[in-house]
Amino acid sequence: MSQGWLIGQSLLNGLTMGGIYALISVGLTLIFGVMKVINFAQGEFLMLGMYITLLMQRMTTFDPYYLVLPVAAGMFVIGMLVYRILIKPIIGRDGTSFIIVTMGLSYVMTTVVQLIFSPNSQSVHSAAAEVTVPIGSFNMAMPRLVACGVMLVAVLLVYFFLKKTDMGRAMRATSENIEVAQMLGIKTNNIFRLAFGLGITMAGITGLLLTPIYFVYPTVGAPFKTIAMACVVLGGLGNIGGTVIGGLLAGICEAFVGSYISFDLAPGSIYLILLIVLLVKPNGLFGKGARKA
Amino acid sequence: MLEMKNVNAGYGDLQVLFDVSLRVQPGECVALVGSNGAGKTSLLRIISGLLPIQSGTVTYEGKDLLSQPAHQRAMLGIAHIPQGRGICASLSVMDNLILGGYNKRAKPRRMENIEKSFEMFPRLKERRQQIAGSLSGGEQQMLAIARALIMEPSLLMLDEPSLGLAPIVVEEVFSTIGRICKTGMSVLIIEQNLIAALSIATRGYAIETGRVVLEGTSQELLNNESIKKAYLGI
Repeated sequence: MSQGWLIGQSLLNGLTMGGIYALISVGLTLIFGVMKVINFAQGEFLMLGMYITLLMQRMTTFDPYYLVLPVAAGMFVIGMLVYRILIKPIIGRDGTSFIIVTMGLSYVMTTVVQLIFSPNSQSVHSAAAEVTVPIGSFNMAMPRLVACGVMLVAVLLVYFFLKKTDMGRAMRATSENIEVAQMLGIKTNNIFRLAFGLGITMAGITGLLLTPIYFVYPTVGAPFKTIAMACVVLGGLGNIGGTVIGGLLAGICEAFVGSYISFDLAPGSIYLILLIVLLVKPNGLFGKGARKA
Repeated sequence: MLEMKNVNAGYGDLQVLFDVSLRVQPGECVALVGSNGAGKTSLLRIISGLLPIQSGTVTYEGKDLLSQPAHQRAMLGIAHIPQGRGICASLSVMDNLILGGYNKRAKPRRMENIEKSFEMFPRLKERRQQIAGSLSGGEQQMLAIARALIMEPSLLMLDEPSLGLAPIVVEEVFSTIGRICKTGMSVLIIEQNLIAALSIATRGYAIETGRVVLEGTSQELLNNESIKKAYLGI
């Protein structure tokens, strides 16, 4: 193995894993950008997406990738319901209420899933899992390439939605100033519900994309939740493009530390990068900071 | 058209408006004058649905306004340009204008109205792709007015439109508002610049520490001794 090959392969591994991080982080940043609150159950919604994929796969025996639309739709409905039942009553209260509610929700979700499915790891079969795609002299696992592709499509769709549709413009206006949005006739409550639903959907799709690579177990979401938070802060809070870059950077960093230093240190390297970036740029790579003018 | 009767309102334990009654007739331009902290902004916020009241009634075109949520009031034809202009700084000029036609009332004629606003403010047409936050203060105020007009309001409320603008720009803004008044739209304007406000308004209210202390035609207010003393220093 030449040195050049190892660098290239690490880069590809990192980019594709980074794509997965980016997708769940974009969901988190979308919720934060519009509602100015952090969803502490984002990782558990990823876990829920995995279990829904597992269930649907067992019932239909379809490859998990064919289930992306029903899983996304299911997660969107779940997200909107959670908003209606748990989040709406605390809108307008201080941020602490939101932390307590979503944190509590994450424990409830983990425990309930554990009661129903047992804490044991389960796996979802996908024909794509064994396929590797040669890119030049490098090898890429099919599921990771698909995950990265889906991330790109999802991010472009969200970008298009925000820039080119009325609802998207209303969402950006709400994110900037709720009162002005209301004066313009925007139902900010519906915008919040939509943003929350979309954020949860992204976590769910990330879960689906992970099923061919990862085992499914009740606490699978926890590391992804903290990594997503790191990516969001890395890119600059509420900035979708920045979050994607943050996710990719986290993936690359993890891959290089894994190949060159130690596989055990790889996850920790993400937080090291976060510390270094925050030292140099306290608002994240693309963050605008507190200046509002 | 707009009628407030015996309104008391405040923030928590702090009452800022005491027994305020006020009305705006169709096609009328009414000025609210008064010093800082008199409660003028709170008054507009009540009409926009952003501040609940403790007692009193507010009706608009004969309907009870207080039962309508804030976002519904744009549908009723109330446009509010808040202090500091309230444009969406991170959105483009065009996106801001498009959002003016977001409510169902104005949506069918949105593009037509945007074209009209470009005729009125050619600068906005030049800068339509620019981020609104990069406009100058005067241009931002023009954008705020243009966006409010695209909402096709029957009542336009402006909160300190001259705030933070150069004197020459203030003149331009007021001549624009004067033209809007002449089209027959009802206008309710808050302004510390008493002479500018009363020169375009037909009627005015003077508010002091949450109470209406004086009410009359612009001429009456300008000739009032206590107003002269308090605001004009003569």
